[in-house]
Amino acid sequence: MSKLRIRKSNHAMNRSFGGDIAINTILIIFGCFMFLPMFYALCQSLKPLEELWIFPPRFYVVNPTLKNFSDLFKLMSTSWVPFSRYIFNTALVSVAGTFGNVIFSSFAAYALAKIKFPGRNLLFQIVVYSLMFNSTVTAITNFITMSALGWVDTYWAIIVPAWGSTTGLYLMKQFMETSVPDSVLESARLDGASEMRTMWTIAMPMVKPAWLTLIVFSFQGLWNSGASIFIHSEQLKTFNYAISQILAGGIVRAGAGAASTVIMMIVPITVFVLTQSNIVETMSSSGMKD
Amino acid sequence: MSAKIEANAKKAVNRGEITKWQAAVRDMKVNRVAYLMVAPFFLVFFVFTVLPVILSLFFSFTIFNMLEPPKFIFMDNYIRLILDDDIFLLAIKNTLIFAAITGPVSYLLSLLMAWFINELTPKMRAFVTTIFYAPSISGQVYLIWTILFSGDQYGYVNGLLMKMNVITTPIQFFQNPSYIMPLVIVVALWTSLGTAFLSFIAGLQTIDRSLYEAAAMDGVKNRWQELWYVTLPTMKPQLMFGAIMAITSSFGFGGVITALCGFPSTDYVAHTIMHHLEDYGSQRFEMGYASAIATILFFFMIGANMLVRKILSKVGS
Repeated sequence: MSKLRIRKSNHAMNRSFGGDIAINTILIIFGCFMFLPMFYALCQSLKPLEELWIFPPRFYVVNPTLKNFSDLFKLMSTSWVPFSRYIFNTALVSVAGTFGNVIFSSFAAYALAKIKFPGRNLLFQIVVYSLMFNSTVTAITNFITMSALGWVDTYWAIIVPAWGSTTGLYLMKQFMETSVPDSVLESARLDGASEMRTMWTIAMPMVKPAWLTLIVFSFQGLWNSGASIFIHSEQLKTFNYAISQILAGGIVRAGAGAASTVIMMIVPITVFVLTQSNIVETMSSSGMKD
Repeated sequence: MSAKIEANAKKAVNRGEITKWQAAVRDMKVNRVAYLMVAPFFLVFFVFTVLPVILSLFFSFTIFNMLEPPKFIFMDNYIRLILDDDIFLLAIKNTLIFAAITGPVSYLLSLLMAWFINELTPKMRAFVTTIFYAPSISGQVYLIWTILFSGDQYGYVNGLLMKMNVITTPIQFFQNPSYIMPLVIVVALWTSLGTAFLSFIAGLQTIDRSLYEAAAMDGVKNRWQELWYVTLPTMKPQLMFGAIMAITSSFGFGGVITALCGFPSTDYVAHTIMHHLEDYGSQRFEMGYASAIATILFFFMIGANMLVRKILSKVGS
């Protein structure tokens, strides 16, 4: 954080020196608030047992060790449901849910953005309204729907609803509208290409940042999904759920618990770091007109 | 396809004036493929997002336990909620307080921080963005707060306070009613720099530099005036989208609360509508009653969004 330096040349007009200092100070303070808990989790996961239980507690770690991680794997191998099963569940649900969501959203977004068919404004309006409430509202009745479909306690209950998740569709549609010129599509159509072909060969390559973003968002959401009211069997539960169980073990497993949160957070953060520029590009068209 | 369009066009010419309805039907036929393309998504979307809203409105007028067919009782669920269920009234109060604080604060924080970050060099910007965004995508990493504020002397905060002789016995932070709400709000805010924040970051980067130069010519003197006269009006679409994201998530922190202070929380001080819903829906299986709660929550969320949209439409005008 100490590298924050006062910007000199980058559009320097209208900038007071005092304002620069104030802004950087606030950024550093708030940055600490955001960063220190994450850092604390990392420190906890590297602390040997005697450092975890000293008084007064120390924030940082003196003799870092990976013992907590090996303890975690030992704990995993002795649990009733093998830990690899939890990881498999999370991976399966994340991949299947993300795949369907990206494919379905891309088709729907293309049609909504680039084909002028009656009803498209209505459909998009409904999507916008659906962004205004979250799954707490729908969970109870979805439980009724799931049991009618016989999907309670199956992977389908988690995977299929993810296919119809609207944030992705919304972002994809907005991005297509601004970054795929109609003229290009028009000339492809005049050449006799079908809509499907036009979409796959012309529009999709142009919106690479958008589908990357969709993959990341959808994957993050599913990766982080924990206990669900649709799943009862221990064998079908996710990695995140298993971790919350370890953490609930409290004192006994403090080190292993911290180690598991670190494992849990590394994946989404790495994915974000790798795709950040694409995501920001996609978000630039996320705006909503009245 | 194009032959079809021509044929249709000819038909239209031959018949002379066609009605609006006929034109629509013709458009629909021409664009059959569009319906095919939206069908898979919207089928799933309607079944798992739209239908539940309609169903819960329907079930909210019934008694339904999933074993016997629903029995119609009209407004009784709502009357019971408002007149007989003290915990529900408490839940409404907590939800509104919680949302009224976390929603606007997280929204303003996202905007302010994005604006500050925008002044940094591109490399720093990417780095700081990652630090701020990370807590919102790291799953249950917020549970680290339970270790920071653990109720024994090994909790970092308790240990620190005891060492400095501020307190003599550890404070049970997540069990003590006077600490629960503030702590939970802080943790919720910690995880709240999410999609809205990214949208602001992106929006700020795309603003045309020449707008600022023109504004400087017109007498805009400092960065605050720049913000008000140029930046905010230009990124109004992002402000709208960000508001929806912030409001919706401000009603969705129930899971964080349960993870931090258990369910039910001490004296129900952090009991929200989400908890009440879960209690009746997935523990007691009183689906009719739970549906009434879900319907009320739905209208709260939509209402809050409409209200804020109205306020935001005045920005810069």
